Amino acid sequence: MTGRSAEAPSAEASERSSDPRLLLRLTVNGAEIEREVSPRLLLSDFLRHELGLTGTHVGCEQGVCGCCTVMIDGRAARSCLALAVQADGATIRTIEDVASADGTLHPIQQAFQECHGLQCGFCTPGFIMGVLSHFEEARMPDLSEDGIREMLSGNLCRCTGYQHIVAAVRRAARLMNLDGPEKG
Amino acid sequence: MKPPLFDYLAPVSVEEAIAARARYQSSALLAGGQSLIPALNFRISHPEAVIDLKGIESLRGVELQGSEIVIGAMARHREVELDEAIFKANPLIRETLGHVAHIVIRNRGTVVGSLAHGDAAAEMPALFLATGGSVTARGPGGSREIAAGELYRFHLTTSLEPDELVTEARIPALPARTGWSFQEFARRRGDYALAGVCALITLEASGACQGARLSACGIASTPVRLVKAEEVLTGTSLETETVNEAGRAACAHVTAPDDNQTTSAFRKQLVQTLVTRTITRALARARARL
Repeated sequence: MTGRSAEAPSAEASERSSDPRLLLRLTVNGAEIEREVSPRLLLSDFLRHELGLTGTHVGCEQGVCGCCTVMIDGRAARSCLALAVQADGATIRTIEDVASADGTLHPIQQAFQECHGLQCGFCTPGFIMGVLSHFEEARMPDLSEDGIREMLSGNLCRCTGYQHIVAAVRRAARLMNLDGPEKG
Repeated sequence: MKPPLFDYLAPVSVEEAIAARARYQSSALLAGGQSLIPALNFRISHPEAVIDLKGIESLRGVELQGSEIVIGAMARHREVELDEAIFKANPLIRETLGHVAHIVIRNRGTVVGSLAHGDAAAEMPALFLATGGSVTARGPGGSREIAAGELYRFHLTTSLEPDELVTEARIPALPARTGWSFQEFARRRGDYALAGVCALITLEASGACQGARLSACGIASTPVRLVKAEEVLTGTSLETETVNEAGRAACAHVTAPDDNQTTSAFRKQLVQTLVTRTITRALARARARL
């Protein structure tokens, strides 16, 4: 970053009072979307305010809490640390696209429910998207206690103490047959 | 909206990007955005223009060219971390990347972005110093190579000119008879470390220490080579006492004052421990490769 860190904006910059508008084309949860947006609109705000996809939660808006995690081109990413315009041409997947159309929960969601992997639920969409991305990327996810905690380390939960979330990930892997061949 | 007003440009070639930079008094290059966008969200950065590099095909990818790993400016941390050919050529890279923030951040953040950002507490600049890499910087006047040792001036301050763009970084493959280790101490997994140490130990065929390259992050206003510790090791047979002495010698490089995270005295203790541990690990790996 080579902007004028910690300096006031120049007179010229602060005189600019209106945002440019840029045409954004992307695919969100299978739907092709076209919108004119300001370049400084964050992807998280685009999803929530422009598209009404409020399942993506916004916690810290500085990349710490992980609540706003979505998938950009198949990889989990913080939507508060991406400009909407960066996603031009990209395929975005949010929590709204995880359960089936008939309401059947995805095995990861089912596991979170069965293992009490949430209390208030604010952080849950971020956890689910992170775990989903990890399971899709890794052919053999590391399901040791350490491996799961590493997988979850980018998301903060202030309710559960994480124990039940770790259990939910292990259960989800079982439901999805990702935990290797049956032993014994 | 959180970020301040800026013009947004998405050039499709390096030439276009450099021309765009020249048109503004201040511009910021956007690669992965994992440092720039928080800075914009906090409004501690006010560039007149943000130049997004995502559309520049030539900046993508990472590859092994002979004995060098060439990392394009848009190659994401995670892409480099998971690349098997790169892992075989220099396993220190994957080991170090495992400590860079979280997987979700590494999915977006770029190696070259981290090197050019120059955070004194970041892991990759320390790796860059220890391995003796270089970056290629392109500006209006042409292209130049900057060696790792010449890049870092201060925290978040490099010898790059404001109109330049780093197109790629080069990191040498692991030399023969060399062992490696990166270890750090952070209060929470994924946080910037209070201190991190990178060690490369090269043995002679006899098993004596031919050379050592050590570096650290989080202990000074830039990433630093731990030259005083390297000097202790070179030419010795790396007995336990010598390794411990190198740990003590490395403390002299800690110049970070007491801050809101910890004290300078604790950082010295950390560096001593981390240097001893990384040398021991690197040495075992070097011996296994004799």
